[in-house]
Amino acid sequence: MALYSEKVMDHFRNPRNVGVIEDANGIGEVGNAKCGDIMKMYLKIEDDIVQDVKFETFGCGSAIASSSMATELIKGKPLSEVRKLTNQAVAEALDGLPGYKMHCSVLAEEAIQSALEDYESRQGKPAEGAGT
Amino acid sequence: MIYADNAATTRMSETAIQTMTSLMNENWGNPSSLYVHGQKAKEALEKAREEIASVIGANAREILFTSGGSEADNQIILSAAGLGEKNGKKHIISSAFEHHAVLHTLKKLEREGFEITLLDVHENGIVDPSQVEDAIRDDTCLVTIMYANNEIGTIQPIRKIGEICRRKHVLFHTDAVQAIGHIPVDVAADNIDLLSASAHKFHGPKGVGFLYAKKGIRLQSLIEGGAQERGLRAGTENVPGIAAMAAALKEAQEGMETAAAHQKKMRDKLIEGLKQIPHCALNGDAARRLPGNVNFCFEGIEGESLLLLLDDKGICASSGSACTSGSLDPSHVLLAIGRVHDVAHGSLRLSIGETITEEEADYIIRSVREVVEYLRGFSPIWRDLMSGKKEFIL
Ligand SMILES: Cc1ncc(COP(=O)(O)O)c(C=O)c1O
Ligand SMILES: [Zn+2]
Repeated sequence: MALYSEKVMDHFRNPRNVGVIEDANGIGEVGNAKCGDIMKMYLKIEDDIVQDVKFETFGCGSAIASSSMATELIKGKPLSEVRKLTNQAVAEALDGLPGYKMHCSVLAEEAIQSALEDYESRQGKPAEGAGT
Repeated sequence: MIYADNAATTRMSETAIQTMTSLMNENWGNPSSLYVHGQKAKEALEKAREEIASVIGANAREILFTSGGSEADNQIILSAAGLGEKNGKKHIISSAFEHHAVLHTLKKLEREGFEITLLDVHENGIVDPSQVEDAIRDDTCLVTIMYANNEIGTIQPIRKIGEICRRKHVLFHTDAVQAIGHIPVDVAADNIDLLSASAHKFHGPKGVGFLYAKKGIRLQSLIEGGAQERGLRAGTENVPGIAAMAAALKEAQEGMETAAAHQKKMRDKLIEGLKQIPHCALNGDAARRLPGNVNFCFEGIEGESLLLLLDDKGICASSGSACTSGSLDPSHVLLAIGRVHDVAHGSLRLSIGETITEEEADYIIRSVREVVEYLRGFSPIWRDLMSGKKEFIL
C-alpha cells in the first residue's frame, strides 16, 4: 500500500499546467509557509471562459497533485462552472486523499476562488489591474 | 534501493536473525517453567542480560527488558517522578528536543502537578552542562537529557551532565536509543543512573528494548501481572527478541570503530556535497553528531515532495516537514534549534548505514540536488526569494 493513489502520484510526478502566465488577468495565492503549503494560481480569462491556467506550488505531494488536478478541472470551462469547483471534486478526481491531507485539496479550491475574485475585482476597475 | 533512514529503523543483522530463529525453533520454552526445556530459555534470557550489561558497563541485575525505547522512557521517568514525589520533589529538567516518548510522559506529569523545565538546545543542538547546573533546584528529582538526538544527531555532553547530577544528588536519565551500538556508551564512566535503549536501532528486532537502572534505584512497574523481571515488568519474556537484541548489540559494539570511521567519512562527504546547493543549512553541530546523521534545510521547498521524489530515485530518507507528520507544525526539533517554520518544512534527514558506498553517497548528492532544483522551479516562495520580494533566511 502506497501513501497516495496512482492518480495522485501521476499528477505529483507529472504536474499539468505548471508555471506562470505573464499576462494573467486573475492571480490568487493562498496558504502560508507556516502551515507548509502555498499555492499560486494564474488565470487567463476571456469571454467568461478560462482560456489558460497555470500554477506554482510549494508543498507536499498532495498539494502539488491537487493544484495540478484543479487546473485540469477548470481549463476551458466557463466561469459559472469554475465557481462551483469544490475541494471534494478535486480529491475525488484524484481517487481520494488520505484524511489528514484533505486540507491540501482545500487550498487548491481556495487558490482558484481567490484568482477568480482577483479577476472580478480587476473587471470592476479595469484601467489599473488588467494585464499586470 | 539506498536505505538512508537508519534513525527510523535498521535492517536486522544476519547474526540477530539467526539467533532469533534458532531460539524460535529450538529454545521456545517459557523461561518461568521449571523443566529443562524452560530453563534453557531462561539461560538464553540471562545470557542476553549479561552480554548487554557488559557492553554498557553495567551489572546484569541492573538491566530490565522492555518492549522498546518508548516503554523504557515511560517506566524510567514515571518511576523517578514517583520517587521524587515521595520526598516532596516535583521538579524535572529535560530539553526541548527530546523524543516524544519523553516529552509526552513529562506532559502527563505536568498535568499531575509536576513542574517541568525544558532547557534550550541552542542553534547547534547541544545542551550546555552549565544550563543543567543552573536549573537544578532543591526540589529537582530528575534530569533527563537524550544521549544523541534522533533527528539532527547531535551528541550531548552526557558525562559532564551526569557528573553535575551526581554532585547535586539528582537522578540522571538519558534516552540513549540513537547512541547505543553507534557510539561508545558506558553507564559508569558517563555517570548515568538510568538509560533507555531500543534493539531496532542497532540491527536488532523491533518491539524489544532494555533499560538500565543503577543498583538501588527502585523502579515502578507499568505492567502488572506475573513476577517476570523481578516483578518490574509482567508478561512472558520475548526470549528470541531479547537474545537477538543482545547478539546485535555485541556485533555492533565489536564493529563500532570501523563502522563509525567509515560512516563519518561518508557523512562528511554528503555534508560537503549538499552544502553546495544554494540557500541551505546543515542542522545541528557539524562535528558533535552521530557518525551516520546528515540533516539539512533547503529554502523554498517542502520536505514531503522531496522525499517522494527521492523515493522514485530509490532513496529512502525522512523529513521533519509538517505534511509528513500529519500535523500542521514541522518538527519540534528543528523549531527548538531556531529554524523558523518557513525553512523547517524543507528539511531532509539522511541517516546512513554502515555499508554505504562512495558511489551511493555520490548518487544521493546528485539526486538531492536535482530534486531540490526541480521543486524550486515551480515554488512560489522560491520565485519571491529570487525576485527579491522576500528575503532569504538561509
Ligand atoms: C531518541 C528515541 N527515543 C525513543 C524512541 C522510541 O523507541 P521505540 O520505537 O523502540 O519505542 C526512538 C525511536 O524512534 C528514538 O529515536
Ligand atoms: Zn500538504
